[in-house]
Amino acid sequence: MKDISLHILDIANNSVSAGATLIEIEIYEQPLAGILTIKIKDNGRGMKPEILQKVTDPFYTTRTNRKVGMGIPLLKQNAEQTGGSLKIQSEERVGAELTAVFNTNHIDCPPLGNIAEIMTILITGNPKIDFLYTHKIENQEFSLDSRQIKEILEDVPINSPPMVRYIREMLTENIEEINQSNSNQ
Amino acid sequence: MTKVKSLADLRKMKEELQNKVHLREKGDNAESLVQIRVGMGTSGIASGAKEIFNFFVEELEKRNIEAVVTQTGDMGYNFAEPTVEVTLPGKDPIVFGNVTTQKADKIIECYIKNGELVEGILPENYDKIDNK
Repeated sequence: MKDISLHILDIANNSVSAGATLIEIEIYEQPLAGILTIKIKDNGRGMKPEILQKVTDPFYTTRTNRKVGMGIPLLKQNAEQTGGSLKIQSEERVGAELTAVFNTNHIDCPPLGNIAEIMTILITGNPKIDFLYTHKIENQEFSLDSRQIKEILEDVPINSPPMVRYIREMLTENIEEINQSNSNQ
Repeated sequence: MTKVKSLADLRKMKEELQNKVHLREKGDNAESLVQIRVGMGTSGIASGAKEIFNFFVEELEKRNIEAVVTQTGDMGYNFAEPTVEVTLPGKDPIVFGNVTTQKADKIIECYIKNGELVEGILPENYDKIDNK
């Protein structure tokens, strides 16, 4: 994966496959401390403890068409090679939560990437699933709840092209704004 | 600096959109539109599925083709990522493999617009003569 946002897209797709109806994604940037924390939490079917133990093993997968599952192992490797960590918690029938921590000062730390684009793809590419996106940079915060968007849109489809464009611009501008307010401090 | 976009503006925009375009009746949506699903499993993403997804969203709008672009997981064709499944109204889905933006352009121009098949269709998804 070229950047961290692509990992987020990948991991959120696990939540989609787990039948989640709500996926919460939180990005917490702490440039002063050199820490980036990514949290992805869903209300999908969750995992049994014995499966939970195996998810970071690339040769374990629940899929039946092939014998490897690289999504979580790749993210774990990327996080750990910066001196960060990856943690997954889950309870069957309740959901799962993944936390990845990156040391952003480490030379191997990938860039965050275009997270606005990724969130747009997730929100508009999975119109039946709701996303709660929170992005914090030090003490600046922006959040977007796709349920609120859908409430406003009523019968206008969230994946109609003008909406897709609007959601992307809204995310891009707001993330830029918290970035700017943070650097102005 | 101009004010950043917010949910309040979204409401305004939705109303404009509703006035401008006549939205289709509920329920008559999905089947009557071109449906495009971009495979976004781990290998799809790593091979550039994101660029293909964005390309379809942008180009279909530019070319005035009403379509729904959604994402899906692994389709099982990891040797041919990125993969894209296209369903024309009333037709069986077809999966295209090794999709680049050039090929995506061809898919739109030849297959979606005119129903002509384009190179790079993955098997199993169309009926061979001996299956008929």
